[in-house]
Amino acid sequence: MTTSWKDIPVTKFLLGHYGYWFVFILMTLGFYGMVVKKNLVKKLIGMNIFQVAIIMFYLSSAGKWKATIPIVDPAIGTADTARYIDPLQHCLMLTAIVVGVATSGVAYALLITIYKRFGTLHEDELIERMKNDLDME
Amino acid sequence: MMRRDDDAIISLVSRTVSPFIMIFALYVIFHGHYSPGGGFQGGTMLAAALILVRLAAGSDLSQLQFPRSWATPLGSAGVLIYWGTGFVSMLCGGNFLNYAFLPVSGPPPHHRNLGILFIEVGVGLAVMGILTAIYDDLLEGHPRD
Amino acid sequence: MTWIWNNSPALPVVLLLPTAIAIPLFALIERRLARWLALAVSLTTVGLSILNLVKALSLGPIHYHMGGWPPPIGIEYVLDPLSAFVLLVINTIGFLVLVHAKKVVDREIPESGKHVPYYAVAVLMLCGFNGIVATGDFFNLYVWLEIASLSLYGLIAIGSRKAPVAAIRYLILGTIGACFYLLGLGFLFTMTGTLNMADLKAILPAVGHEPAVVIGLGLIVVGMGLKMALFPLHGWLPDSYTYAPSTSSALIAPIGTKVGAYVLIRVLFFIFGAAYVSRTIPVTTVIGWLAAAGILYGSIMAMAQTELKRMLAYSSIAQVGYIGLGIGLANPLGLIGAVLHVMNHAAMKALLFLAAGNFRAVLGHSDISRLDGSTRRRMPWTTAAFAVGALSMIGIPPLAGFFSKWYLALGAVAKKQWVFLAVILLSSLLNAVYFFRVIERIYFARAESTAAAPRTEASASMLVPVLVLAAALIGLGVLNAFIVKGVIGKIVTSAMF
Repeated sequence: MTTSWKDIPVTKFLLGHYGYWFVFILMTLGFYGMVVKKNLVKKLIGMNIFQVAIIMFYLSSAGKWKATIPIVDPAIGTADTARYIDPLQHCLMLTAIVVGVATSGVAYALLITIYKRFGTLHEDELIERMKNDLDME
Repeated sequence: MMRRDDDAIISLVSRTVSPFIMIFALYVIFHGHYSPGGGFQGGTMLAAALILVRLAAGSDLSQLQFPRSWATPLGSAGVLIYWGTGFVSMLCGGNFLNYAFLPVSGPPPHHRNLGILFIEVGVGLAVMGILTAIYDDLLEGHPRD
Repeated sequence: MTWIWNNSPALPVVLLLPTAIAIPLFALIERRLARWLALAVSLTTVGLSILNLVKALSLGPIHYHMGGWPPPIGIEYVLDPLSAFVLLVINTIGFLVLVHAKKVVDREIPESGKHVPYYAVAVLMLCGFNGIVATGDFFNLYVWLEIASLSLYGLIAIGSRKAPVAAIRYLILGTIGACFYLLGLGFLFTMTGTLNMADLKAILPAVGHEPAVVIGLGLIVVGMGLKMALFPLHGWLPDSYTYAPSTSSALIAPIGTKVGAYVLIRVLFFIFGAAYVSRTIPVTTVIGWLAAAGILYGSIMAMAQTELKRMLAYSSIAQVGYIGLGIGLANPLGLIGAVLHVMNHAAMKALLFLAAGNFRAVLGHSDISRLDGSTRRRMPWTTAAFAVGALSMIGIPPLAGFFSKWYLALGAVAKKQWVFLAVILLSSLLNAVYFFRVIERIYFARAESTAAAPRTEASASMLVPVLVLAAALIGLGVLNAFIVKGVIGKIVTSAMF
């Protein structure tokens, strides 16, 4: 009895969960940006990628096989809910996107203030200049 | 950001397209019931219409279309419209944001329809105001050229 | 009147939100309206919180359906003794700090154009905290959490020159924490299909063994631990508290970290149940050990500081560790200790930060090395109140701080966790070291200048909240048995042990 490559557990693990792998890679990229990069703008971009990955995770849990957008289609009717994808996650993620936008707005305003006061957005230089700054606490 | 006064195409196209974007954004807000859309999406498009002119024609010239000082008050007004709808429903006897108690005529499902419409208009105004305000504030420290 | 009674669970949030938006609009007419509006709405929410607590204790948990939609479909606000209690603590401390805020804002924020937005953002932050505590829906909690956090970042950034850097660091870490919370919630939602807290609690026994639920719980704990400044996730705290204006520190230190602790208590003990989180998956054990490490770390670092606000910031890390220890013990006595410490620490830290604000306003600085006997002569009431707060933090009966440590120690003994007991005792000793250092300088060090220093005590708006909090510490300590039996006992009996 020959088993095709589609049946071995590793393939099922990798290909069966490809949605989660996509989200995982995106999250890792975002986290890498936040932790490793020294420029503050790149850190914020990493934070945005991380938030987008979580949004994708929610949206991926809303899909159903052979389902269409959750607007009532006269041809399909309203009886069979398995023909429409779940709209709740999309509504929640609208809010999460707006929260992400607001956070980015606040963050970039803070970055502009930092740049005006210290002249740099690079983390190491910033710490150096903060140490040499007048102690105006 | 260099402002190119001599680039006629960008300037002309953006100033022409901006009102149509706004009309489409209003369509998106009001058709949130029946098609993908709603307050957030329409508000973002309204903000995009304004920011397009700011990018193409420069901040000073675009004050003719939408002055900088209008952005935050309009945003606050949008939030207050949202809150006001909920508070009026509370005053008329229901829980907060229970549109069935709104003092409009018609059967209760119609009340909820109208309630959601008011909410979406409020959200659209708020998103438009705040996104434009963010853009203007980020640009404030930039040296004029 | 019945309208207020019926709608009281939602009214704090419903009143705070438009005030935060309307303050800049009203301030265009008259600038002083900003502060008066903020004070008026804050006082109203204190009254509503007292009403809510009375309702929750006498009638049982109150459920308020937003929009009229019943729970699994709609969002509901739940007022049980725990949320009503934390709500009262948050609103009272917020009101007292806002009363104190006037001179601090005038003095420490040089640009007068930022005063009105400061009050608006402070009211928005209080609105966010009220929402977090009152809501009974997980995603609504995330929304309020982000509202409160964004306001916090703003409040911290309006400060000294280095404040925006502390704020951006807090922003990045705080957003990571909220994202972790959202991700954990995503796992839970995918497995159970509901976002409502009571509904999730009902469905959990059926799916509790799935790995996704465990991961969801772990992510929520990490996210909330970041917001609460539990030990290895505390990095944002010292800089943020130090560089923020004294009012911001006094607003976020007593209540900002407490909402994270409230969410942890709610999720661990009221939704998942102590049996699940301590025996099936030992989450509370991990929290307990990290909290113990945090207590020692915070106390030791606080001893090394030379500036009063930074010392209080590290002390906050240690005190949040106490609450984490109470959660980590996962037995009724530990929970009593944790909830009691939420209230006690809010009062103590508010008192200490407000007193530090008084020092800053009158003396111009808050360096410990520059405080001496002249401070005592110039500001007798403030230093006396500071001493009361310090003694309470160390844990000297009959002041309030002793009793929460007492219950935590009892809880540790009941679980035979001798290391935790040793940590509690040792940290009280370390607290004594760094607080007595300040008290000794103020009360026993000779004044630098023997010339009679003028008695320039802080003004009434700055002095009265400090004195009220000092009296409250004594009162809370004396009335401790009444509070534990009447309020906290009901909280613990409704938890799942």
